[in-house]
Amino acid sequence: MLEPLARIPPAFSSTSWMNPLPPATRLLFFADRAARAAAAGAFPMPVTEEACRAHADGARACLWLGPDEYLLLAPAEPGAARVQAALTAAVGPLPHALVDISHRQVAFEIHGPLAAQILNGACALDLDPAGFPVGMCTRTALAKADVVLWRTEVHRFHVEVWRSFSPYVTALLTEIAGALPAAH
Amino acid sequence: MSVWRTPGGGRIDRTQRRKFRFDGRDYQGVAGDTLASALLANGVHLVGRSFKYHRPRGLLSAGAEEPNGLVTVRRDAARVTPNLRATQVELYEGLDALSQNRWPSLQFDVGRINDWLSPLFPAGFYYKTFMWPKGAWKSLYEPVIRRAAGLGVAPTEPDPDRYAQCYAHCDVLVAGGGAAGLAAALAAADEGARVILCDEQNEFGGALLSDPQATINGAGGQAWVDQALAELSANPRVTLLARTTAFGYFPHNLLGLNERLTDHLSAPPAGRARERLWQVRARSVVLATGAIERPVVFPGNDRPGILLAGAARTFLNRYGVRVGTRAVLVTAGDDAYQAALDLHAAGVSIAAVADLRPQAEGALPTAARRAGIEVLTSATVLGTLGGLRVNEIVLGELDGTGGVRRKRTVRCDAVLMSGGYTPSVHLFSQSRGKLAWNEPLQAFLPDRSAERERSVGACRGIYDLAGVIDDGFAAGAEAASGRSGRRRSVSAHSAGGDGSAFLGAVPLAGASSDKSFVDWQHDVTVKDLLLATREGFRSIEHVKRFTTTGMATDQGKTSNLNALSIVAGALEVPIPQVGLTSFRMPYTPTTFGSFAGASRGDLFDPVRKTPMHDWAATEGAVFEDVGLWKRARYFPRGGEGMHEAVARECLAVRSACGIFDASTLGKIEVVGADAAEFLNRLYVNNWSNLAVGRCRYGILCREDGFVYDDGVVARLAPDRFHVTTTTGGAARVLAMMEDYRQTEWPELAVWLASTTEQWAVIAVQGPKSRDLLQGLVEDIDIGAAALPHMSVAHGRICGVPGMVMRVSFSGELGFEVNVPADYGLGVWRAIHARGEKDITPYGTETMHVLRAEKGYIIVGQDTDGTVTPDDAGLAWAIGKSKADFVGKRSLQRASMHAPMRKQLVGLKSRDGRTILEEGAQVAEIPGQKPPMRLIGHVSSSYYSACLAHPIALALVAGGRARMGTTLYVPMPGGDIEVEVVPPVFYDPSGARIHA
Amino acid sequence: MLLISCPYCGDRPEIEFTYGGQAHLVRPADPSALDDQQWAEYLYMRTNTKGVHAERWRHARGCGRFFNALRDTTTDRFAATYKIGAARPDPAASEPTPGTAR
Ligand SMILES: [Zn+2]
Repeated sequence: MLEPLARIPPAFSSTSWMNPLPPATRLLFFADRAARAAAAGAFPMPVTEEACRAHADGARACLWLGPDEYLLLAPAEPGAARVQAALTAAVGPLPHALVDISHRQVAFEIHGPLAAQILNGACALDLDPAGFPVGMCTRTALAKADVVLWRTEVHRFHVEVWRSFSPYVTALLTEIAGALPAAH
Repeated sequence: MSVWRTPGGGRIDRTQRRKFRFDGRDYQGVAGDTLASALLANGVHLVGRSFKYHRPRGLLSAGAEEPNGLVTVRRDAARVTPNLRATQVELYEGLDALSQNRWPSLQFDVGRINDWLSPLFPAGFYYKTFMWPKGAWKSLYEPVIRRAAGLGVAPTEPDPDRYAQCYAHCDVLVAGGGAAGLAAALAAADEGARVILCDEQNEFGGALLSDPQATINGAGGQAWVDQALAELSANPRVTLLARTTAFGYFPHNLLGLNERLTDHLSAPPAGRARERLWQVRARSVVLATGAIERPVVFPGNDRPGILLAGAARTFLNRYGVRVGTRAVLVTAGDDAYQAALDLHAAGVSIAAVADLRPQAEGALPTAARRAGIEVLTSATVLGTLGGLRVNEIVLGELDGTGGVRRKRTVRCDAVLMSGGYTPSVHLFSQSRGKLAWNEPLQAFLPDRSAERERSVGACRGIYDLAGVIDDGFAAGAEAASGRSGRRRSVSAHSAGGDGSAFLGAVPLAGASSDKSFVDWQHDVTVKDLLLATREGFRSIEHVKRFTTTGMATDQGKTSNLNALSIVAGALEVPIPQVGLTSFRMPYTPTTFGSFAGASRGDLFDPVRKTPMHDWAATEGAVFEDVGLWKRARYFPRGGEGMHEAVARECLAVRSACGIFDASTLGKIEVVGADAAEFLNRLYVNNWSNLAVGRCRYGILCREDGFVYDDGVVARLAPDRFHVTTTTGGAARVLAMMEDYRQTEWPELAVWLASTTEQWAVIAVQGPKSRDLLQGLVEDIDIGAAALPHMSVAHGRICGVPGMVMRVSFSGELGFEVNVPADYGLGVWRAIHARGEKDITPYGTETMHVLRAEKGYIIVGQDTDGTVTPDDAGLAWAIGKSKADFVGKRSLQRASMHAPMRKQLVGLKSRDGRTILEEGAQVAEIPGQKPPMRLIGHVSSSYYSACLAHPIALALVAGGRARMGTTLYVPMPGGDIEVEVVPPVFYDPSGARIHA
Repeated sequence: MLLISCPYCGDRPEIEFTYGGQAHLVRPADPSALDDQQWAEYLYMRTNTKGVHAERWRHARGCGRFFNALRDTTTDRFAATYKIGAARPDPAASEPTPGTAR
């Protein structure tokens, strides 16, 4: 067997308010209600029925993206195939689909007291904790890129973005943060 | 201090001197000045030349409505901002401003000749004159007019400043921070609302900033403002934005605010954003935009020194500047008397008050008389005199029978005028709110709101201070809570508030030979408007376009109502019947930079790069843009140009092996028990009989039967398909699929996911490709029998789990190695290293040539939205047994099979060397002169290095029946003879691909 | 920029949506049974409503769902948004979006 090659994720420069997250297993899980219920134990966590909400448990999370579409996050190892197998076994013949997108996107965090303000330089959503509480997640637009935005703490957001858009998104947010009054 | 500057009072700091420059001359002002007040403090009234007649002009106002005092402010060669209103430019140390619209100088302007020639330049002049001769328009008239027209000069260098943007949300947005706006913000904040309060000026307070007579709760107005601001700024749910113009009101309570962050600073900190564009979505909006004083229309009303009474009062009380030594007030209401009284108290002699009304017995006129000021009633203005500054005004007393009883010339160096107020309904009107005419106030007022919005204070015709503040409190509370709770109240008093008004031209204005201006910025006079009505224009929208009244950068803030009244008078109809022109954003001119924000340079658009991009860059690849992607176009070696490099790359692929980054190819995973059925309904092909592990070339049509996209589809499992699309089509194909899945066939158990970026795709193409990949793949038999052309297998490649598709877009034996994106670069390097001398990286240009040699189409290049599968020679792909698929019914129409439809063919230049131009037309008959009869066009054209002659693909009417015939490609140098040939130039039997 | 209420996600800015044309057009079950005229009607003929228009939108940069909306083309007010498959609601019965007279 050939020596496995190292992963080379897109380059990323951290700042005091932004840091990359390590590679992860990512699966899109499409399922009707019955399949969602059957999957609950296998991932293993409940699949939320509430729109735009995420369940998180340690390094695993289940994010509502659409009424039958979920983003499952898990540690990079042992990999998507294992998660996929467990879910397929649990869901059986109930209508569902699983697609491995572990490499399609990358994730980073925006954190600190200016986090929402920085994001609002490019994101048109109301990020006040009253309207976008901890645990809320959604696909949305950051200027000309699409992202999944998930508030994990009051001052911490998890951002998922397609890999080729990540240099644009991080550079744009850096520009926005640099222009904030607090930066001067 | 100059004689014009008062010894004390106002919002300026006399101890802090500010040097500045205007038209190259040095002056001095003080902190708190605007450029306008600083110029007046230096006795400078002449600030510009008028647009059409180049008449000398002075400041008309003290605010955003200023039509005359337009200046260019320059910091350096690149930081040049034209068309700023001097009344809004805050003075800073070293400010360098230039007047506009004059040549060679303000004092002596050659264009002034237009004024003497003005009988030649009536309204509509341009429309009527430059009609003949036809050719002269382009060569003569237009260049001359263009040079003469326009205000200011745009900077020629790129804007070096930084512009920020942000989105914000609030419960209540208050636009305007005068008494009404402050009150509304206080009341809304009382309700716990998230509040944003913005004001275009450097400080909040509005009219209270220049109203020393105002008292609120027994103290001065300014004390109340200070208290309100202290309260608001202590509230974390309130955002105060000074120097911030609410310039646009967009649907569903989205407002655009332009915040100016550094324009008032002498030395803006490096890197600090110059402006910030706010896009605020507000649950409720309170408009507290105030009112603008109306000028009086009389002959010669545009001489420098003639200005609005309220402006004179603002210059005096807020900026400590006297606008003259001897002033005449022309008014039609009581309010303006306060200006005369204030100036009188400051030592300016008031030569007379010309009151247009028959009587003036209110408190203020009485006070004026008591102060010894002469008040003339039933007065009119017959003219003014003066070169670069007014020095005399000719007054008359109306005799009641249409004549003038006494005519008097009064010496003066300033004329204050007031025709009442025009409520600023710009934002309300932008929000699509309906206005209603208010006869007593002679103004349009907000009537029916279109949005969750309220107008308060002067912008809805409430002028007395107590009423204004009460209105603000009530509206602020209601906007925040939906209830009309009232927790606050004040007792307040100020001088103004009688609301009397005068519209249109003064009596006998027409008798003067001098012009009576209505629109200062566009030089529109009473005569122009009357001419328009004589020419038959009835609607104000048409009059506006004919005369250009209200169409300047000030959008007619000071002129619209006077124009309307004059037109209504001429037509003898009530004002509302003439109509009102639309207000458009922006309220005041806004920089392009603020709209662009960060979207410039590297951040203009996302730049998408594949996992192998950096390798290609290191190898010296030349990239091309394909949508947002950067794709390696070719890899020049030594001093190669594109043609040499592409020829070498093509030959390498055909003779040995090439490696190509195909990662940008769109990929969609179609998964679910009904996946095959779903694709059957969408694509023209039959998918039911595609075995697992096999691939098929798929064509997707629109419902109208024309080719929309194409790509290879691999069946990975009974319920899982890997669909590839064109690079540019990935997003729209997925959107189309989702549309059908969700809205037409929701009963199908199928789901879609974009996997474009999940996979790095490495195309290894050429006769040596199999040998090269052997040994790099595990658990995959890539032998000819196990992995025939158009098949797919999973396994490990260079130790990485992935899949190998045996597909070819080159016409050679070929593979596309798919590995998870993070491994793409590593696997690419490993394959490239293994290939040593036998492997050649190639780019999109070579890929294009290779596919064209095989007659493979590129959707969007060889098709154009009117090409059916059959037109493209792809009818074989259609699943004939299928009852239906998207586009099938359209393809059944007789015209879709007409023999003379344009069909894809190959073209070979008869001379064996001329490369046709892509897009060139094809003719059947040689030697035609335009208009020619043309039967098609060239869609792809290259030089084929391995065939050693040029090749081209073309869409030609009835093309397949023309094989072997000669057609002609007309070019400027003459016809190029071409032979019609089959579109497959290379290896027509396909032996190489199946090797 | 309009504020559009996705039936799944709630109020969202217009930039998250794509427009999908007239609503309630159903693809014929058997297009081959239609004559050219009938097919052309389905394919090309659309209303050009002045007033309340039933139209499709997709929350493309959100939950990805298509949905239908009743929008007044003269005012841009949305009278209702509703899921695909649901019947067109009575616009008079639903609460209109912003705007209070004053
Ligand atoms: Zn949604």
